[in-house]
Amino acid sequence: MSKILIRGAKVLGGEAQDVLIDGSVIEAVGTGLSAEGAEVVEADGKVLLPGLVDLHTHLREPGREDSETVLTGTRAAASGGFTAVFAMANTFPVADTAGVVEQVYRLGQEHGYCDVQPIGAVTVGLEGRKLAELGAMHESAAGVTVFSDDGKCVDDAVIMRRALEYVKAFGGVVAQHAQEPRLTEGAQMNEGIVSAELGLGGWPAVAEESIIARDVLLAEHVGSRVHICHLSTAGSVEIVRWAKSRGIDVTAEVTPHHLLLTDELVRTYNPVYKVNPPLRTERDVLALREALADGTIDIVATDHAPHPHEDKDCEWAAAAMGMVGLETALSVVQETMVDTGLLTWAGVAERMSFKPAAIGGAKGHGRPVSAGEPANLTLVDTAYRGSVDPAGFASRSRNTPYEGRELPGRVTHTWLRGKATLVDGKLT
Amino acid sequence: MDTQDTHGSDARPVLEGPDIARVLTRIAHEIVERAKGADDVVLLGIPTRGVFLAQRLAAKLEQITERKIPVGSLDITMYRDDLRMHPPRALARTEIPGDGIDGKLVVLVDDVLFSGRTVRAALDALNDVGRPRAVQLAVLVDRGHRELPIRADYVGKNLPTSLRETVKVQLAEEDGRDTVLLGAKQTP
Amino acid sequence: MQRHLISAADLTRDDAVLILDTAEEMARVADRPIKKLPTLRGRTIVNLFFEDSTRTRISFEAAEKRLSADVINFTAKGSSVSKGESLKDTAQTLEAMGVDAVVIRHGASGAPYRLANSGWIDAAVINAGDGTHQHPTQALLDAFTMRRRLVGRDAGLGQDLAGRRITIVGDVLHSRVARSNVDLLHTLGAEVTLVAPPTLVPVGVETWPCEVSYDLDSTLTKSDAVMMLRVQRERMNAAFFPTEREYSRRYGLDGERMARMPEHAIVMHPGPMVRGMEITAEVADSDRCTVVEQVANGVSIRMAVLYLLLGGNEPAVTHARIEEK
Repeated sequence: MSKILIRGAKVLGGEAQDVLIDGSVIEAVGTGLSAEGAEVVEADGKVLLPGLVDLHTHLREPGREDSETVLTGTRAAASGGFTAVFAMANTFPVADTAGVVEQVYRLGQEHGYCDVQPIGAVTVGLEGRKLAELGAMHESAAGVTVFSDDGKCVDDAVIMRRALEYVKAFGGVVAQHAQEPRLTEGAQMNEGIVSAELGLGGWPAVAEESIIARDVLLAEHVGSRVHICHLSTAGSVEIVRWAKSRGIDVTAEVTPHHLLLTDELVRTYNPVYKVNPPLRTERDVLALREALADGTIDIVATDHAPHPHEDKDCEWAAAAMGMVGLETALSVVQETMVDTGLLTWAGVAERMSFKPAAIGGAKGHGRPVSAGEPANLTLVDTAYRGSVDPAGFASRSRNTPYEGRELPGRVTHTWLRGKATLVDGKLT
Repeated sequence: MDTQDTHGSDARPVLEGPDIARVLTRIAHEIVERAKGADDVVLLGIPTRGVFLAQRLAAKLEQITERKIPVGSLDITMYRDDLRMHPPRALARTEIPGDGIDGKLVVLVDDVLFSGRTVRAALDALNDVGRPRAVQLAVLVDRGHRELPIRADYVGKNLPTSLRETVKVQLAEEDGRDTVLLGAKQTP
Repeated sequence: MQRHLISAADLTRDDAVLILDTAEEMARVADRPIKKLPTLRGRTIVNLFFEDSTRTRISFEAAEKRLSADVINFTAKGSSVSKGESLKDTAQTLEAMGVDAVVIRHGASGAPYRLANSGWIDAAVINAGDGTHQHPTQALLDAFTMRRRLVGRDAGLGQDLAGRRITIVGDVLHSRVARSNVDLLHTLGAEVTLVAPPTLVPVGVETWPCEVSYDLDSTLTKSDAVMMLRVQRERMNAAFFPTEREYSRRYGLDGERMARMPEHAIVMHPGPMVRGMEITAEVADSDRCTVVEQVANGVSIRMAVLYLLLGGNEPAVTHARIEEK
């Protein structure tokens, strides 16, 4: 593989520097680096970030290849500046055995757009009753370290306790989808002023907060770490903040859409805004931004959830929950966190690369942009503004809530171990 | 009902209050004469101004015949043939006198006779209300330009007009004064 | 431009009064030997019912036929048709047949809104009840009934319900009738109080333009109309209240309670009534109870709505009304 010189990029948003890639690693970072023998990428004014890492992606393969495959999902990831994604376990069949996780892992390796790190199910069939073979999945070629029943909550306190304890043996982590099931029967949207008016079943904040409260206490009790998926309410922020202040080993993620959108959008009854956990209120959005800025919430994760057109082109109650997010995540974070002055680009790198890689144990990802490190890099044109056109998505699905919305920033290049997966905004 | 609301500021009166009163008196006498005493006459005014004219005619008939003359109103909105050309209008009241119209001589009363479409609609509406012995038509002004084979039995004033002109009837009950105005249609 | 009737909240005060006034004229047609008007001749209306509701469908059908519209009844109860994709497919099938208006009843809140705004069809959409969201023609017929009884048939023309005190009692949480009535009655100037056990009042009710009380007895004496909502027995099993007996003791309307209402006050019910639950037979059968009147008034109101939405080349009921030139 030849050399690539990225010239004049603001590394992590700092001073303009040159970055020289040789093969799969960064050879040098500095000013006035020689371009001899290297393909030059002029990056004047652009921001260079470590390759983004998404701890929460639904790739749908196996089982729902009509909405996404490992190939289309990893192309979407590369397009959005990601070099590693963690693939959720709620496929058909469920990723609850070594066989399924290895299949997903290998597909990611074969396609080569983005590393795919499978997440294993906590319980068999996501049914919440019996622990899946967590150790076998860890020991498989996929080397699973993150376990989640995402889509469903591990609501049985004993099962949750056991899972938290069990994965300590090999440094695993349980990622909880916090949703008390009885409090959310028939839930269609955030419970509050808008749901009362629209007559849609309410998904109360307390259904999330009560599970988070229980789980941080469980984690403290058994001395385990726990990760909270897609935290969505101001109350959840308070609980996590309290838990961290007590020294409990908890990490939490927020999705881009929960940083930007509110339940007022549901007034359109357009199912493109139907997602789980649901869009909350303005007050929640502001609390989430603040928590992401101050570190209470550790990372941004997309919860990229592709659905075919027909599952959204219908009445609200019949529609599937979820939004695609890989290709718009960085733009939404720039809009809500960077352009508002809440985060620097170095802060974005921390929350979208270093920290998610550390939580999930993604080897070779989330590394500093410095000599000798793997060349997993993302180049962003932060001055760009444009409206979102789903027709241009690499994802097989188009269920984005941002269609036609103007967002800032555009990923122009992505390198996975020195190999360009995205050049000038086009997938290779 | 065939009047145009738009009339130029140069509109000139063609009938004034006393003329209107005289004309109605004449029509009342004609009704008594043609109906041979107006024994079974029922007056039905077409809203809005036809109703006031019908009430005035009824009063005059009562003076002449010294009998109570049944008077009511017949809203034709739902029977119009041009409904689909305008937004729906608010409905006016149809009020059929207590003894009904079956076997009676119904005299429809309107302010202006123009295309004849209003009267056509009124005949349809009447059909759904009962079966009169005969139907006659009384109008204050006939301005010509018929689009249907319809004529009035009693006419207050024949007023030859051009299609570029407007005829506006004003009555004290609705407009504060009695007058018939002839004006030029305002160009939009 | 608004050419659908999706929510009672979409109606202005003048729109609502125009509908009530028009309904008053429509009601007179029912007294005539020929109960028919030619107004919607040549127009096709489909009654698209994804949920069983014989009384609402019959009421719309009667209204449509009295206005001489061609009526197609489509009852799509069952599993495959009630799925989302089929709403779109069904709608487009009807559109292809040249339907001018769709009267839709659907179990999913927002389905009529979606039908009207998704670009699937061009026809006018009239909401005949969607999930726990809205049932605007029910609210209109209730307001019509109140205006007739509390203001008078002729005296009521052009009038709203300013200052009237209306109490709505029962399962507000699951009631599209309550939502529609709160919106419309507020628009018409009435003062609305909702009475229910706290479990049957939605979280978020605090922004509604009404009062909320948990005590029926204290509001009864100050009510011009008391509307009892149906309470399904199954709610008991989901712990909304302990027993049927306790519910009817605290929130049911019996003869003794009715006697404490002001003399002129009326009892209303959208039907179907659960006798012995929210209302006793004594109250249901009394002269003060307007249940049967409400049914008759429903036809007049639906005639008025259909005429005003479909009678002309553009609807008369709009947010920004274009005055006739």
